[in-house]
Amino acid sequence: MSVKLGIPSKGRLMEKTFDWFGARGVSLRRTGSDREYAAAVDGADGVELVLLSAGEIPRELAAGRIHLGVTGTDLIREKLAAWDTRVTELTQMGFGNANLVIAVPKCWVDVQTLEDLDAAAAAFRRVHRFRLRVATKYHRLVREFLRDNGVADYQLVDSQGATEGTVKNETAEAIADITSTGDTMRANHLKILDDGLILKSQATLFRARNVEVGAQDKDSLEVLLEKLRVG
Amino acid sequence: MASKADLRAEAQRLMAFFEAAGATPVEADILQPADTLLDLYGEDIRARAYVTSDPLRGEQMLRPDFTVPVVQMHMAEGAEPARYTYAGEVFRRQEEDTERSNEYFQVGYEVFDRENPAAADAEVFAMFDSVLSPLNLRAATGDIGILMAAVRGLLTTERRKEALLRHIWRPRRFRALLDRFGGRSKLPAARIKILKRLEDNSIEQLIEDDGPLIGLRSSVEIAERLNTLKDDATVEPIGAGEVEVLDHILSLRETAPNALENLRDIAVDMPSISDAVRKMDQRLEAMAVRGINVETLDFEASHGRTTLEYYDGFVFSFSAVGRPDLPPIAMGGRYDALTKVLGKGRSIPAVGGVIRPELVLGLEGTQE
Repeated sequence: MSVKLGIPSKGRLMEKTFDWFGARGVSLRRTGSDREYAAAVDGADGVELVLLSAGEIPRELAAGRIHLGVTGTDLIREKLAAWDTRVTELTQMGFGNANLVIAVPKCWVDVQTLEDLDAAAAAFRRVHRFRLRVATKYHRLVREFLRDNGVADYQLVDSQGATEGTVKNETAEAIADITSTGDTMRANHLKILDDGLILKSQATLFRARNVEVGAQDKDSLEVLLEKLRVG
Repeated sequence: MASKADLRAEAQRLMAFFEAAGATPVEADILQPADTLLDLYGEDIRARAYVTSDPLRGEQMLRPDFTVPVVQMHMAEGAEPARYTYAGEVFRRQEEDTERSNEYFQVGYEVFDRENPAAADAEVFAMFDSVLSPLNLRAATGDIGILMAAVRGLLTTERRKEALLRHIWRPRRFRALLDRFGGRSKLPAARIKILKRLEDNSIEQLIEDDGPLIGLRSSVEIAERLNTLKDDATVEPIGAGEVEVLDHILSLRETAPNALENLRDIAVDMPSISDAVRKMDQRLEAMAVRGINVETLDFEASHGRTTLEYYDGFVFSFSAVGRPDLPPIAMGGRYDALTKVLGKGRSIPAVGGVIRPELVLGLEGTQE
């Protein structure tokens, strides 16, 4: 056995994760061809690297198939019910910053807050005979947020990509999505509600809570965490 | 832990009680079309019910309760008056507490009767009280109708009253709106900014400035709400005295006779609730006739405000004393408006409730 560390398998998130570990004396690198999902760890014994899609890391942590994992706070909270009973947040890593926000068309001069959205949703339902649609892939987080803030008469519609385009395409009236600079929102004629921040997310190192660790792995894990200064 | 066979037998026993009292046994499909339930309850039901999909029929839900299918069945083919009973499993997703059941039996009794709503309320309550009496439960009652009547009687615009009525079941938003309309909280900065822009520009100009227009919500709808905001800014706040009276009603927790006395006093200044208070009086009388000791019966005006929003009159629940860990053993209420929503133009006064047999069995076990 060995300590399994799950990290995102591609893109900037992977590179930044490599850099973050490298700066702490643990060198992660991909091995084999560009296309092969294989990787190695230097500087920490008994640690095995598992390359995964960032979206699958929460599930793997919860199932205890990996001991440690790097993914966004947003994905952990969306995908794991009672997340804090299943994983421990070890440290925020200072990159991959993104906000999950609610945005509406900029032309809605009358809507600037959740209270406005709620009132607009009530009127919309009367006129159009269906509930105002909010496109998102973060169903649970958005639903909890809107419920806690007393917004009614809306419905969520699933959007797994190009969510900012759904309003123009008339498959939704508003959206809830991740943004870092707000540029894509602005380019699609959307504005973020003043009190529409659902969650600030960033890349975070998580530890699985419900996983058995053998004696040897326990040592490897402690050494690794010590090195990362998150023990 | 009771076995499923025990639970089924207990459910049958409870149902037999209602049948013996004249209720017609009815069934409901486990798979319900999701759109009706979603339209009725809103997105929150997705967090509470299991949604599955069928390639031909679209989204389906495992029934989260019997009320909706029973009302639909009655509105489609039922003769009047009608009394129904049912027993079966309902399915509830649990996202926060793994200790709570996600599949459990419910036994229900529902009355559709135009003749005498007060008597029907009393009948349902008395039936539950009787079948549950060996368990020494604590009964609590309330009346959403009184709250609604109090809001309707406020001296303010119809629009503000509508906004409050819409959020009766969301106490936090209700409170925020009431504070705003009563002048107790300031306008948010965002609203002040919108009002300022409206002072300096025409609505057409503002929409053009913020354009392009995208999406289904039209410029007419945007303009309409901007006009609403403009009008609302000139409305006088709801008087402090009125807000105080409403607060008093909302926090009213008394024995039923004291609560009634209290509400009668309030009705002198707030005649809009007189009718609802009279109905409460009639209900208490009808309950007494059925042998309920109304002198000690608890009345909480806000009871039932955080349940799924369809109760609009009498509400009640039976809970185990000293067991705050358990959900209510039984609960119910009046849902006249729901029959209108599901009745495609027709409606009928309706009242009913459900019992959870596994909780009944659990309590019987601890009492032996």
